[in-house]
Amino acid sequence: MIVIKDLHKKFGKVTVLDGLNLTFEDKGIHTILGPNGSGKTTLIKSILGMVIPNQGSIEFNGKQILGEWEYRNQISYLPQIAYFPQNLKVKELFQMINDLRPGSKNEAKLISLFQLEPYLDKKLGNLSGGTAQKVNIVITFMFDSPLIILDEPTVGLDPVALIRLKQLIIEEKEKGKTILITTHIMSLVEEISDNIIFILEGKIYFEGKIDSLKEQTKQSNLEKAIANILEETYA
Amino acid sequence: MLKILKYGFFDLMRSRWSYIYFLFYLSLGFILLFLNQDVGKAVITLLNIILILTPLIGTLFGVMYYYNSREFTELLLAQPIKRSNIFLGQYLGIALSLSLSLVLGLGIPFLAYGIFQSSEIFNFFILILIGAMLTFIFVALAFNIALIFEDKIKGFGFAILTWLFFAVIYDGIFLILLLVFDDYPLDKFALFTTVFNPIDLSRILILLKLDISALLGYTGAVFQNFFGTNFGMFSSITVLSFWIVLPVTFIIYKSKRKDF
Repeated sequence: MIVIKDLHKKFGKVTVLDGLNLTFEDKGIHTILGPNGSGKTTLIKSILGMVIPNQGSIEFNGKQILGEWEYRNQISYLPQIAYFPQNLKVKELFQMINDLRPGSKNEAKLISLFQLEPYLDKKLGNLSGGTAQKVNIVITFMFDSPLIILDEPTVGLDPVALIRLKQLIIEEKEKGKTILITTHIMSLVEEISDNIIFILEGKIYFEGKIDSLKEQTKQSNLEKAIANILEETYA
Repeated sequence: MLKILKYGFFDLMRSRWSYIYFLFYLSLGFILLFLNQDVGKAVITLLNIILILTPLIGTLFGVMYYYNSREFTELLLAQPIKRSNIFLGQYLGIALSLSLSLVLGLGIPFLAYGIFQSSEIFNFFILILIGAMLTFIFVALAFNIALIFEDKIKGFGFAILTWLFFAVIYDGIFLILLLVFDDYPLDKFALFTTVFNPIDLSRILILLKLDISALLGYTGAVFQNFFGTNFGMFSSITVLSFWIVLPVTFIIYKSKRKDF
């Protein structure tokens, strides 16, 4: 589905992606892990065409994405921080997104799933962080796209919403979709992910199943395995 | 693009500032005409206000709108919409809504005072057209500045400086040069430098049309001498159009290469 070759990106003097190669072919849940500043969000934004790489190529279903936009019809994206136009009401935001990108399906279902009905007439600027994140999740999941990208989807969510989000992700996976997630919550990773991609200093450090990562680091627990890798690199 | 334009336009139309801007022009028009029954003289007074105010408001609203709608822009960038359409849509949305405030705000009082019966109708029309063109020019410049500077404060500072440069500093430098090189033939030089300042160009264009040589100044006199009224008007409108097209092209160029 996505083939990334030799991706380089610098922001000023800081090298964020340094010759990254990656291929997503399989359906299922792929988790992107890595310490802060390792280039997870930059990688995701490059796939979306929001960040323009200095070098390298990204192919989506066999086509180069540089300068293209139609391929984004196949992608639902949940940004890391929910930024919305502050003056709009929640309801108006949903209407606007529907107008700009026709074909949403399960908006009503999602609104009730995350209990957003009381907030529909509130302005987006007055929402709490968690509620804004719920709005963000509804916008992401209301489209039926084959690729779903979630950048830190759990930020600010209460336990109930977290459980519902997990169910939602698993439902989408069962529909045969490819899902990319970045997160720092290891229990979530162990629970749902099929494949792990570990990014370190702008390169792929590890890619594969959770079990093989545990084997490689000789740790029984994922959190410790990850910590192990990080401590090695800090030292 | 039309959808983005629509949202940008209505977003601005709903904001308080558009109304203040509209009401300002409305009251300005009525006061001018109330104090001065001669429509022709009112047009001249209006000229000086429009030449300073439309660029200032265009610049300020342009940067302000860009920085305020960044969240919206990021939301749009992840959707299946062409990048250049997002920025062009936003640009046209703000430029059109500002122009509308100008056209309606001044149009209503002048209509009420019978501009259609007056011989000044053509001059008034040109004045409004120039005001709208200046709005388009300076909003485009402001968008460019905002695209270049990530930092809001820097962007605002630079935008105000740009306005100040075209509205005041440019003329100052120009006058100093004319005084210093007084002994040389400066006609062509004067013509040449005018092209690089849309505000100067607009002033000359309208003054040529109003035919008041007392207000022409050095630049205008040369301009009129050199081109003759009709050709001068045609060429200056063409140059003003370039002042819109070039920055807009640069907005597209810049937006395609920017990271978000």
